[in-house]
Amino acid sequence: MTMPAPEAGSTTTDQPLLSLRGVTKSFGAVEVLREVNLDVRLGRVTALVGDNGAGKSTLIKGVAGIHTFDGGDYLYEGQPVHITNPKQANALGIEVVYQDLALCDNLDIVENMFLGRELTSTGVLDDASMEKRANETLAGLSVRTVKSVRQKVASLSGGQRQTVAIARSVLWNSKLVILDEPTAALGVAQTEQVLKLVRRLADNGLAVILISHNMNDVLQVADDIAVLYLGRMATQVDAKKVTHAQVVELITTGRLSTDPPPAAAVAHEEMSASAASTTDEEAQS
Amino acid sequence: MSTMMDKELENAAEVPDNRVTSALSEYFAKVRGGDVGALPAVLGLIVLALVFTTLRSETFPTAFNFGNLLNQGAGVIVIAMGLVFVLLLGEIDLSAGYTAGTAGAVLGVAVTTHGWPWWAGVIVCLATGAFIGLIIGLLVARMGIPSFVVTLALFLALQGVLLQIVGEGGQIALTDPTLLAVMNKNMPIWLGWVLYLVVVVVYGGLTFRRMVTRRANGLHAERTTVWAFKFASLVILLGAVVYLLSIERSVNPAVTSITGVPVVVPLLLVLLVATTLLLNRTAFGRHIYAVGGNAEAARRSGINVANIRLACFVICSTMAAIAGIVIGSRDNGITPNTGGGQTLLYAVGAAVIGGTSLFGGKGRPLDAIIGGLVVAIIANGMALLNQPAGVVYFVTGLVLLVAASVDALSRRRTASTGR
Repeated sequence: MTMPAPEAGSTTTDQPLLSLRGVTKSFGAVEVLREVNLDVRLGRVTALVGDNGAGKSTLIKGVAGIHTFDGGDYLYEGQPVHITNPKQANALGIEVVYQDLALCDNLDIVENMFLGRELTSTGVLDDASMEKRANETLAGLSVRTVKSVRQKVASLSGGQRQTVAIARSVLWNSKLVILDEPTAALGVAQTEQVLKLVRRLADNGLAVILISHNMNDVLQVADDIAVLYLGRMATQVDAKKVTHAQVVELITTGRLSTDPPPAAAVAHEEMSASAASTTDEEAQS
Repeated sequence: MSTMMDKELENAAEVPDNRVTSALSEYFAKVRGGDVGALPAVLGLIVLALVFTTLRSETFPTAFNFGNLLNQGAGVIVIAMGLVFVLLLGEIDLSAGYTAGTAGAVLGVAVTTHGWPWWAGVIVCLATGAFIGLIIGLLVARMGIPSFVVTLALFLALQGVLLQIVGEGGQIALTDPTLLAVMNKNMPIWLGWVLYLVVVVVYGGLTFRRMVTRRANGLHAERTTVWAFKFASLVILLGAVVYLLSIERSVNPAVTSITGVPVVVPLLLVLLVATTLLLNRTAFGRHIYAVGGNAEAARRSGINVANIRLACFVICSTMAAIAGIVIGSRDNGITPNTGGGQTLLYAVGAAVIGGTSLFGGKGRPLDAIIGGLVVAIIANGMALLNQPAGVVYFVTGLVLLVAASVDALSRRRTASTGR
């Protein structure tokens, strides 16, 4: 299976920040990921979509070091790496913002942003530096929704919490931020806020993987869309070249039945991808 | 970027011309939002003091009784300070009382029976506490047994150990003068005032410097009025305490003179400062709050949750061992009942009354002292009113229930107002 070539005129670098080649993962007899390829580039939002059970979480957990892939290549900045725990992923500049947030209500924003990685000087917490850096990070993301970084997280709205969780992930000079359903529990206005923030992350030069079930969100902010179908990468396409209906079709059937999508290059790639998956399925059944 | 900074600068510029009213309204907003802190306990302390003063004006508000109050409360306060660590995790240690007794008995055996020097005895005593804490911690954090069950089992088991060491109806006398001095001696009056000055100057200086440097750096800082109010309260309150303890409180001054701050006060002070610094100024302390607030979030942040739990149980039991020394010193010895009876429940009550949450994530060592004084004042005042023990237990139980209700209600309030 070949990957789509970087499009002509694209402003991003040719070399993907993260490149997965034929990764596999099984839990016992269950094959969750089968020969999955994925490219994630700096400065772009890559949406990872797929139905429940398609393997999105497993793929992300593999990238983040929570699980280890059984096979395949994990290339980071062009170099093969072997990640077996979350700390190694963090060290490479990979941060995950989980769906169920993982913030402590009883701590304030600064304390949450630095949780587990507190700055200390001679063994004592360096609160002043932490507060400064938290302020700078939030300002860098143009976050104006939080009144004071010394507020307890319990007092924040869902959107503000998500903002804090995202800001926390960029605090560590991270290069790849993985967002797991960041808008799932939010209202309309807050979703808008968070999506803008996601866009800003990519515009600031980070690579972003966005997992979402909401096609409107995906089409609004994503540059690339990677569709997982039953543990296989159905396709990875430029978001501008697919329609809402086509993405839904890819998610539900793993291929496109309709005739050529807008761009010929993409169409070729998709056809070969869906053709491959079709034969695989037929072979199994 | 610039907007945020401008806003910060505005805030910084606002601070110098702040008014007391805005500081007060901020505080009331906080209380209304459910963050009551130690307020109920402080109010309770004042109300109780006023009530007992009115009812027993000739015996309650005397220097003698005030000195007594501290002695009666010290053991419970030290256990409660240790319990704060465990309560912060949302766990409980029901065995802390008998841990105090057992560690005290080990101290007694070492010093009285074997004639060890007092410091060697203290080391063994603290090691006993730490060992008990280690066992509890391993069972809770590694095996995953609920702390309620583990410590209930140890509550019974340690009661047995204590009985075995001391012997039924027996007593291990403590005769070492240094150990007895903890609860039976007072510091010279001048030393009490020196201690007072040191505490006031150090506290005032450090907090003032912190406020000024934070403001200079454009960070969130306390208002000057709030700082001044806190500092003034400390100066007046501690000054009053030292003054009261400096006047003659002997019933018969001609025979024995009792003046000065009891030796146990600087001990409590050292423990308070040490535990507060540990919880507020170190990464370890921050992780304790994090585990108590959301253990899963703490785990995902790379915090070793099991180790934090283990450490907190060790700290709690070690503090209980210190309480064992304090109680042994007060009673001049260890009996099978040392640390038994109501000791543990009073200590849990003290922490909760002071504002430490039973649900975890919220509490301070200072709560233990304030709550411990409330518990001590009830026991003391009721005794002066010649109330039977039954009534004292009943009233203490009611107060604990009120404190737990305040805790639960403030949590609900916090959840609903989102503060």
